[in-house]
Amino acid sequence: MNERVQYTGIPSEAELLASPGVPSRQRLEQGPVAFIECVQEIPCNPCEEACPFGAITVGEPITNLPVLNGEKCTGCGMCIAQCPGLAIFKVHLRYKEATSLVEFPYEYCPLPRKGDRVPCGDRKGDYVADGWVVSVKNARGNDGTAVVAVEVPRACCLEVRTICRKEYR
Amino acid sequence: MGGRTVKTTQVAVIGAGPAGLAAAIEVARAGGSVTVIDENAKPGGQLFKQIHKFFGSREHRAGVRGFHIGEQLLVETRELNVEVLLDSPVYALFPDKTVGYIHDGKEVCLKAEKIIIAAGAAENALAFPGSTLPGVMGAGAAQTMINVHRVLPGKRILMIGSGNVGLIVSYQLMQAGADVAALIEAAPQIGGYGVHAAKILRAGVPIHLSHTVKRAMGKDQVESVEMMELDARWQPVAGSEKILAVDTVCIAVGLTPLTELAWLMGCEFAFVPGLGGHVPKHDLNMETTVPGVFVAGDISGVEEASTAMEEGRLAGTACAEGLGLLERERARDLKTVIWERMNALRTGPFGDGRRKAKDHLVGLPVGGYE
Repeated sequence: MNERVQYTGIPSEAELLASPGVPSRQRLEQGPVAFIECVQEIPCNPCEEACPFGAITVGEPITNLPVLNGEKCTGCGMCIAQCPGLAIFKVHLRYKEATSLVEFPYEYCPLPRKGDRVPCGDRKGDYVADGWVVSVKNARGNDGTAVVAVEVPRACCLEVRTICRKEYR
Repeated sequence: MGGRTVKTTQVAVIGAGPAGLAAAIEVARAGGSVTVIDENAKPGGQLFKQIHKFFGSREHRAGVRGFHIGEQLLVETRELNVEVLLDSPVYALFPDKTVGYIHDGKEVCLKAEKIIIAAGAAENALAFPGSTLPGVMGAGAAQTMINVHRVLPGKRILMIGSGNVGLIVSYQLMQAGADVAALIEAAPQIGGYGVHAAKILRAGVPIHLSHTVKRAMGKDQVESVEMMELDARWQPVAGSEKILAVDTVCIAVGLTPLTELAWLMGCEFAFVPGLGGHVPKHDLNMETTVPGVFVAGDISGVEEASTAMEEGRLAGTACAEGLGLLERERARDLKTVIWERMNALRTGPFGDGRRKAKDHLVGLPVGGYE
């Protein structure tokens, strides 16, 4: 079984580790940070301009993979809704004592509401754990791409990437 | 031409999609008179059903949803007083560059100095037992139903084809409230962007590679589909059949350029599988082998709206230059910038193939069928 993205649709662990858009473990420990799961060289660069701190670089040609500068990234999450591929997430590893905060783009109705308990899923949409919705950001500039933040058990913060659509509906 | 209305224009553009509108805007911006003719009731081609955010860079309007790009094109056409004739199917092109079309039940002849054919492409069909049952449709048709007419074609869908169309329409069907039971792909790998595949996987849609449809079953409409696995030689694997309960089958197995008008005009063609089949030969100005007849968009090779708009701009700029509306040096500068933007889209593992196919097409000698 080939685990590369063109066979699974999901970046493999090796692809994520090799991706310049994925923060180091050390950076994750330091506070909230963007987590860019863009591992194919497609012609696209809105993330570069989306970052108010210049923490994302694509450069020329625009097929370059986005490079995340962990020192410049403040974890503001402004890039999440600007990625046309919905491939940028945010992870706040040490959010509370035993939990992490994961933010992801979400374009389905109904939108969850702050305080909701929601079934959280992994990159295959499989249920991982229940999480609590901490915020739902859907400013005009998001142009319809809501950004949902869920508080989840820390152990699963690198797996959770969505609300389980099957269970949630 | 007795009894027919005869109009004149400098440039006639056939097709009011992204390529045609972009072409017309460039002609009008240079001061030319231009008429866009489209058989549909609304302009914009397929742009108004593209509710996702586009890729590319700021110059390509990346991050903007397709229908917003369409709205912007329409604003520009209005501001530049581009004439857009709708509900007007073009039925003939004559050697003297007269365009014959029907409007309001009447034949009209439009005499032009240059013609830009931006007719687009049509979805490929896939024949299998049961493929004529109601509920089997093109993915593009389903996309029109949900995003333009706001009608859900079904509740439980099987998508065939993992190119970007299959992946994106699957996602949009779920946004519209349907469930996508599975996506199947005959090839051993996903055809479209991984990020588009990731979106539907996160929503729990399984992608079955090396799988095809054996038959669709149902009394008055699709009720289920039997799918099967394919081996490395694309032959059915015995005993691999599985039945899936679905009420809709969407087919996203590629597009074919709509080339009838270019054939009619006597343009030379080449067969380039990477561009969707038979496509008119053209040069770097998008001019075909028939002087004064240009092509832009999917008719010149199936790509995407972003490249279609750039090709339209090239064709429009070249027409304006040919009409003496733009000085040669000014036109050259404009075209250089367009080509740079175009080439930026035709790079990387997904764009390289199209760029090579296009380079091949542009490099073909004129004279004889290829």
